[in-house]
Amino acid sequence: MAETPIQRISTEAPKVAGRFGDGLRRFFDGDIWYSFTRSPVTMVAGVVTLIYFVLALFGSWIAPHNPFDMASLNLLDSLLPPIWQEGGDARYPLGTDDQGRDMLSAIIYGSRVSLFIGFASVILAMVLGVGLGLISGFVGGTTDAIIMRIAEVQLSFPAILIALLINGIMRGVLKENVGMDVKQGDLAYTVLILSIGVSGWVQYARTVRGSTMVERGKEYVQAAYVIGIHPITIMWRHILPNVTGPVLVIATIHLAVAIITEATLSFLGVGVPPTEPSLGTLISIGNDYLLSGEWWITIFPGITLAVLVLAVNLLGDWLRDALNPKLR
Amino acid sequence: MVAFVIRRLIQSLLVMFFVALVAFTMFRFVGDPVHQMVGIETSMEEREALRERLGLRDPLIVQFARFVGNAAIGDFGLSYQHKRPVAEMLLERLPATLELSLVSAVFALAVGLPMGVYTGLHRHGVLSKFFLTISLIGISLPTFLIGILLIYLFSVQLGVLPSFGRGSVVDLGGWRTNFLTVDGWKALIMPSITLGLFQLTLIMRLVRSEMLEVLRTDYIKFARARGLADRAINFGHALKNTMVPVITITGLQLGSIIAFAIITETVFQWPGMGQMFLLAVQNVDIPIMASYLILIAFFFVVINLIVDILYYVVDPRLRVDTATANGHG
Repeated sequence: MAETPIQRISTEAPKVAGRFGDGLRRFFDGDIWYSFTRSPVTMVAGVVTLIYFVLALFGSWIAPHNPFDMASLNLLDSLLPPIWQEGGDARYPLGTDDQGRDMLSAIIYGSRVSLFIGFASVILAMVLGVGLGLISGFVGGTTDAIIMRIAEVQLSFPAILIALLINGIMRGVLKENVGMDVKQGDLAYTVLILSIGVSGWVQYARTVRGSTMVERGKEYVQAAYVIGIHPITIMWRHILPNVTGPVLVIATIHLAVAIITEATLSFLGVGVPPTEPSLGTLISIGNDYLLSGEWWITIFPGITLAVLVLAVNLLGDWLRDALNPKLR
Repeated sequence: MVAFVIRRLIQSLLVMFFVALVAFTMFRFVGDPVHQMVGIETSMEEREALRERLGLRDPLIVQFARFVGNAAIGDFGLSYQHKRPVAEMLLERLPATLELSLVSAVFALAVGLPMGVYTGLHRHGVLSKFFLTISLIGISLPTFLIGILLIYLFSVQLGVLPSFGRGSVVDLGGWRTNFLTVDGWKALIMPSITLGLFQLTLIMRLVRSEMLEVLRTDYIKFARARGLADRAINFGHALKNTMVPVITITGLQLGSIIAFAIITETVFQWPGMGQMFLLAVQNVDIPIMASYLILIAFFFVVINLIVDILYYVVDPRLRVDTATANGHG
């Protein structure tokens, strides 16, 4: 950048559209975009992730069939192999599952379910973790001690175990105390998002707490205090913007973990129901047919899942290095 | 030293207390325990009598104390589904899980360590790049998918390994072991690879980064200047100093392995505790869930305590920093 920010503000009209274009140009001028273009692996990962997002958003227009529409399924078309194998059908390029669902469409819809639950869980974990981390670091004292003890206890167990446990408890509470069965769509999503989200807040909270404690001691926060700004405003407007970098890195890597956790829970039979399958559910359905030779029901969703997680992991790794000033 | 051990002990007790509180809350408030234990035809009076007998009318604090007391002597109550003592069911399945976990840990260490040393020594070698790529893929493949792929390859396509179960086991006074039959060993191969792969990549990456770190230090340069053989430097001086964190992480991962066994045991229908826990989650069998939680917590706490003390004994320079036991399925 040739000009300093101050010059820019004084010379350019503060129009909203102009500022947005400015931000965009600054982004493409910046270090992050530069390091992105310098790493071919990361660019491939970025493109792959983008393709998944597009497929997830516009899947209903792209997919040749609607796998969730039970009325359109024909059992005569069940267990057809992919198109290049003997007995394949041109209407179903990747074959069909036990109910006659087109695998390609099921995978596109399933990626959408997996991504949706992944994102929702990450957002829940982030809101919970960042919120508790800010409070913990800012308020300190007993509040801090209690939150951090809970975090430590939770951290000493693998996230998948915590998620399973929360899942089991919620199913129990819903079934025994409220009388609802979790096997149905929306409720299953809610239970999944809550269990994955709550099992993942600790990383955010610990990082944010640490940064908050550092920021709290600095002059600008003290100054904000002195002129009588409300502590919540200080946390939100002054401290939070300073901790977004690490949070973004954690969130990216957590997205990969959340997608895997969702797939695992669905595979274990406590996740998304088979009527609206996610990638994990599809793999689980296919697992029952693997021994009799119908490999495509498992393998295609499996590859789809692995590629998605790999791409997100690579993006996360890159982002961590790109945002780390020590490595510049 | 004593003060340190006592502090860690108090911390461990705190964790156990917290876990017991969670387990108790589950047991007491998720559904009605009496409702779960009796059939439909039981009358209201009988239900009330049972409620009284179980002490569900006592103050909560008394109930909690009784719960902890019972758990301490290994009494976890009856399974809602199977109507059998949970402790008995857990004990029956404990050997299967422990043997699987042990073999996985040994596998992860025996393969991960040399791979880590190699990639550390030959940073830019083709084989190192290959190992690192494999490890990245290993991290991105969920455990259950690795298991399924192994089954497809070795059971369905090649037909050389069994796809489920423990094979034939030998009963050693209640401890049913896989280790004494060829069949049992064959049944162990795929599950332990599946379970150990994630730890393997973790150990490999850890050893690699530790080796890179150590090889840069002055005493290694000095050893080279003295003209020592590469072998003596790499293994006698460098590797030895990477061992402390490796032992720590491996120890801590042992607890994770036991927990991750839930997934592997389900894929391979391995009759261990994890499989039982998953069935309990599916059927909302609270006593099994609660007692599994307590048992796993106990394992974790004991392992953490031993590792912490070992760490302190081996390397007094480093004060204890909680190593994270995170990961994914």
